[in-house]
Amino acid sequence: MAEEGSNEDGVVAEIEKKITEAFKVFDHEGNETVDVREIGSIVRSLGCFPTEAELHELLAKVEEEEPTGYVHLEKFLPVMTKVLLDRSYRPIPEDVLLHAFEALDENKSGYITKEELVKHMTEEGEPFTEEEMEEMLSSALDPETNAVHYRNYISLMVVDETDDLPQ
Amino acid sequence: MGSGSSVNVNYKYSLQKSENAFKAAVLIQRWYRRYVARLEMRRRCTWRIFQSIEYACEQDQIKLHNFFSYLMDNFTPSSSKERDFISRMFISGESFKEAELEKYCDYESLEVPDSYTGPHLSFPLLPDHATALLEAFKQKQQLHARYVLNLLHETRKHLKQLPNISHVSTCYSEEVTVCGDLHGQLDDLFLIFYKNGLPSPSKSYVFNGDFVDRGKQSLEILIILFTFLLIYPKEVHLNRGNHEDHMVNLRYGFTKEVMQKYKLHGKKILKMIQNVFCWLPLATLIDQKVLVIHGGVSNTTDLDMLEKIQRNKFISVLRAKKRKELNRNVEIKEINGESQAEPDSAGNETMSSLPSQPRPAQAPSMANRVEFSRWVRQTVQEQIEWCRKLVDISDSEEEELTCSSLVSLTDLDGPCWTRQEEWKQILDILWSDPMPQEGCRENTVRGGGCYFGPDVTGKILEKYNLQFLIRSHECKQDGYEFCHNRKVLTIFSASNYYEIGSNRGAYVKLGPDLVPHFVQYQANKTAHTLTMTQRISRVEESAFRALREKLFAHTSALISAFKVYDKDNTGRITLSNWATAVESVLRLGLPWRMLRPQLVRSTADGMLEYKSWLDDLAMEQRSQEHIQSSLLEVIYRNRSNLETIFRIIDRDHSGLISFEEFHQTWKLFSSHMNIELTDDGINDLVRSIDFNKDGNIDFNEFLEAFRLVKQSQ
Repeated sequence: MAEEGSNEDGVVAEIEKKITEAFKVFDHEGNETVDVREIGSIVRSLGCFPTEAELHELLAKVEEEEPTGYVHLEKFLPVMTKVLLDRSYRPIPEDVLLHAFEALDENKSGYITKEELVKHMTEEGEPFTEEEMEEMLSSALDPETNAVHYRNYISLMVVDETDDLPQ
Repeated sequence: MGSGSSVNVNYKYSLQKSENAFKAAVLIQRWYRRYVARLEMRRRCTWRIFQSIEYACEQDQIKLHNFFSYLMDNFTPSSSKERDFISRMFISGESFKEAELEKYCDYESLEVPDSYTGPHLSFPLLPDHATALLEAFKQKQQLHARYVLNLLHETRKHLKQLPNISHVSTCYSEEVTVCGDLHGQLDDLFLIFYKNGLPSPSKSYVFNGDFVDRGKQSLEILIILFTFLLIYPKEVHLNRGNHEDHMVNLRYGFTKEVMQKYKLHGKKILKMIQNVFCWLPLATLIDQKVLVIHGGVSNTTDLDMLEKIQRNKFISVLRAKKRKELNRNVEIKEINGESQAEPDSAGNETMSSLPSQPRPAQAPSMANRVEFSRWVRQTVQEQIEWCRKLVDISDSEEEELTCSSLVSLTDLDGPCWTRQEEWKQILDILWSDPMPQEGCRENTVRGGGCYFGPDVTGKILEKYNLQFLIRSHECKQDGYEFCHNRKVLTIFSASNYYEIGSNRGAYVKLGPDLVPHFVQYQANKTAHTLTMTQRISRVEESAFRALREKLFAHTSALISAFKVYDKDNTGRITLSNWATAVESVLRLGLPWRMLRPQLVRSTADGMLEYKSWLDDLAMEQRSQEHIQSSLLEVIYRNRSNLETIFRIIDRDHSGLISFEEFHQTWKLFSSHMNIELTDDGINDLVRSIDFNKDGNIDFNEFLEAFRLVKQSQ
């Protein structure tokens, strides 16, 4: 099947294929629907960094009128395609992330204590659930100092963000 | 701060600070959630990879089975030697009469030397024996062959009295614990006993099949389970799984394990086990309300039939096969009981006390292919019949089910089901999987049993007044999973099944209220200390290694597929076309675009140089240059099949086959796989192995030479 038409069509087609693939990974019943609670994972694994609030906005566009708890690929595809084409919810560069941690590090000591981190993450911003907090601590916390040395942590966790969408 | 600062400045400062902190928190949370989502995606993709490869493997097993059928139907044996050869492949297990079995697998003559430091068993078994065994296996000791055989004999005696469907009641013991697949993972069994306690008069257990294969301690698990079965016959119940089948064991490692551990008596032990397996009950009913089977059900599942059939006649569930159209006449005659005195085409009586080898009738002219084909088929079948009868001097209780033995029950008191119908009942129970869609269709992925929908479940529950089904057969991330609106529970007890960290195992406890309580675990200590990231990375690595192997095995097909998108022969294709092409060849249903970053390292402006990518894959597999690369591919792709075939040829499990046999095997194999292989090609193959001058090939060495034996085995 040769790809004809303008380059733009090719780009859109490729994006749609990618979205469909990601969607289907969570489609357990093989009927082109996913649980609404998985939409966050799908959107994020396609390269987007939405806040929880932005995610709720997106959900409102793709959910059924009478919420069934499921989202159909039909509705999701055009909305998500637009998100990717518009490059909404862009990734957070490493240095911005570093500044964020530094903002929480009052003494500029290079680390944040466990208590401080837990307080910030579970009480401010869009708070973590207990599970999320535990999981973050399990990999971020240095058990000897009981603190998070954030420079190390960031470099371990920052994922290769090469944008492999066609230009 | 400064003591002289005004309150206002302080206030503004701290307001700014908390605003900043708030923004920072949002940023970190945003980033972290995205990170976790990616991990989740990776985890699911990895799971998919393992599952698709596992089921493709089971499909191979069926392909192997079809290969033999293909031989039956199409191969023209040009010499009597070749005819013998094929017949032998089908009579891979002589059926033994009980007395013969006892004699052959005699253990009393086996002396236990004084130097033996392992546990001693005496019968009847006592709880102390069980604890001694557990302790011994923890110390990695081995039970003496005499005791193994003795145990198997006693187990068989016990199982014979049991009905096809065991009954358990929760009024006798408070709780019933149901465990799923163990697959030779002894650590998991230890963990279950540690967490839940040993079987006892107040602790009932149901073990739902698949005790053996894949893991390295299948025999130890069997020994332990059988020991407890004999000590606590009322409390311990075993169901047969699809891996309690010697044909499957040939391929998935159990046969090999036994032969490695018991070099002298392994064959006897395997023979006994083969017999014990066919006496395992097929299902368990808890309080008449919960049905426990290994695989699942189908829309034809009939518990009344299941209760009445002679389950021991199905030594291997895998081997019965539908007869082809042309043989329908013969089948009908047999069903009507006319076969007894029917002369075969050669004019010989088939029923006599010592049948002589049938001489084939005059072959019809080659010009009439249909005629010729039928003659060949009959001739081969006659040979098989003859071989079979040689072993069953008179009517045997335990008839092995082959293509030619589909006769109906001659028991006039009971209903007259065909062997075919009975076989299907068992196949469905042992091999089926649930599916979310309604209906019931053939399980083409596994090649046996069916996919059954929630409506099928509903009908069965209603028909027999049941509350829900418990089954195993499928690995689940969390060790268990409900489906069909909580009417079907899958319980899987082998943790870290694919790889360390891949999944948890679980067992389920039911009290008189029949409300399930789950306990999950993971046997490997390492798995606990790893973070989620590390666990997922490890499993992922393993999955991708397996996937790259598969890609390599299909190199030629992939090149052809890529060329379709590269008409100008530039050697490059777009990544999008790469994904489409790969799926069209491998057909694993995987999300290739998601997996691409892990499989394709270097791209230049969105294009892939596919030849060098494939070369990189090949280098990884350490291919050998002087063997044609396409041949190596074929070997890789069919590695398991090859091994299974070799094991069937090597009937005495000696690990040696003659050069002749090897040559013939290879020819048959390659003709079925549609690859051109000249005699020179075969000789090349042989020359690259060291084989004994006495003309025998140690095929382990052969496989090793081609790096076909995986590191772990």
